[in-house]
Amino acid sequence: MGADAAGGVRLRTPLGDEEVRRLRAGDRVLLSGRVYTARDEAHRRFLELIRAGRPLPLDLRGQVIYYVGPTPAPPGRPLGAAGPTTAGRMDPYTPALLERGLKATIGKGRRSAEVREAMVRHGAVYFAATGGAGALLARCVRRAEVVLYEDLGPEAVRLLEVEDLPLVVINDTLGNDLYERGVAAYRIEA
Amino acid sequence: MPVREVHVDEVRRAVARLCAEAAVELPEDVGRALAEAAEREESPVGRAVLAELAENVRVARTDRVPLCQDTGFAVVFVELGQDVHLTGGNLYDAINRGVAEGYTSAFLRPSILAHPWLGGNTGDNTPAVIHVDLVPGDRVRLTLLPKGGGSENKSALAMLRPADGLEGAKAFVLETVRRAGPDACPPLVVGVGIGGTFDQVALLAKKALLRPVGRHHPRPEVAELERELLAASARLGIGPMGLGGRVTALWVAVEIFPRHIATFPVAVNIQCHAARRREAVI
Repeated sequence: MGADAAGGVRLRTPLGDEEVRRLRAGDRVLLSGRVYTARDEAHRRFLELIRAGRPLPLDLRGQVIYYVGPTPAPPGRPLGAAGPTTAGRMDPYTPALLERGLKATIGKGRRSAEVREAMVRHGAVYFAATGGAGALLARCVRRAEVVLYEDLGPEAVRLLEVEDLPLVVINDTLGNDLYERGVAAYRIEA
Repeated sequence: MPVREVHVDEVRRAVARLCAEAAVELPEDVGRALAEAAEREESPVGRAVLAELAENVRVARTDRVPLCQDTGFAVVFVELGQDVHLTGGNLYDAINRGVAEGYTSAFLRPSILAHPWLGGNTGDNTPAVIHVDLVPGDRVRLTLLPKGGGSENKSALAMLRPADGLEGAKAFVLETVRRAGPDACPPLVVGVGIGGTFDQVALLAKKALLRPVGRHHPRPEVAELERELLAASARLGIGPMGLGGRVTALWVAVEIFPRHIATFPVAVNIQCHAARRREAVI
């Protein structure tokens, strides 16, 4: 883990327990390395396997899942636009994945109380990337390949190689929530 | 008045072009609103997010990469002049073929599942949601609103009691914006419909999103409501990307319609900051 004055803490996947525990809500992070993409339908399939008592097709220990359904790659690019989707839709599935060693998720928007508690319990964090900045974030993706569920098209699980993906810590391992803190600072009661 | 013939292939080509352009080019009025938002945002984090969004608009245009990976459900509004005679096929088919062509050739995301629970991606983002209005004249005006799922999810409709009235409507709009919070990619454009029936009020709210950001409703009492709701949204403190700040919405547009004596329908259609829309006239 290194520091960068402009962009924040530099992290590389897979993530270690200690470096994740040191993160605090509000920290800026530049993430590099391999991250998996998964969204609604892939998560549903993961949970089906878990409920059936079967192993997951991915080893999630130390890994990061980016909630994104990218646009198709135009010629000469690894991927199209690749901004985050709403994380809350993945809440029903997330505790089971954190239990299996998932260290961080990337999305936008609030997480449920259950997910926030599970992050505290398992020492994991939730990052936000800037929603709707799909063209800008695509510039951080070096490589992309479909590794699971190709039939799902944009919802297939991809392995992305990212470099300095700009993120902010929303929920840390202590239970802090940047959204709550940020909005409380600017809310004006009528 | 002579009848003007328009071949549906013209419609197909126009729709394909609108899909490709709307995904990478933010309307000028929205870009201007984002720039103005950066000037009035009090939060440093909020200003940084707005700078990132402005940079995203530039990168999308330069790289010809979509502004957002959610290139939306293709909602197409058609104002069909009643002196137009469409030839060469069915208008709805032509629009859907245009959407398929536009989304495929411009490498936009196919986001439509053929069946709500059995699934199966249609692969070309069809079908479109199509609204046709007959209007005077001999032109065909096509307006594409590519509508993202994340913001659509935070939209809401309420059949209020007449006793709730305008105050109830204001409270419902603000509660909907508050609940959208960071999930719907603020700063938002908020489309509001008041009046009509259950089905129509939702369409009013969607049509409100077609109005350029910065243009108020021509009726003074509606424009006043728009100003009031925009100011109240700033007090919620949600700010850019929900990280706290003043600019929660770029704009609030309200459309109204007469109501039944027993009802007071209100619909709120939430749109993200990537408020894409594109228009062509044939």
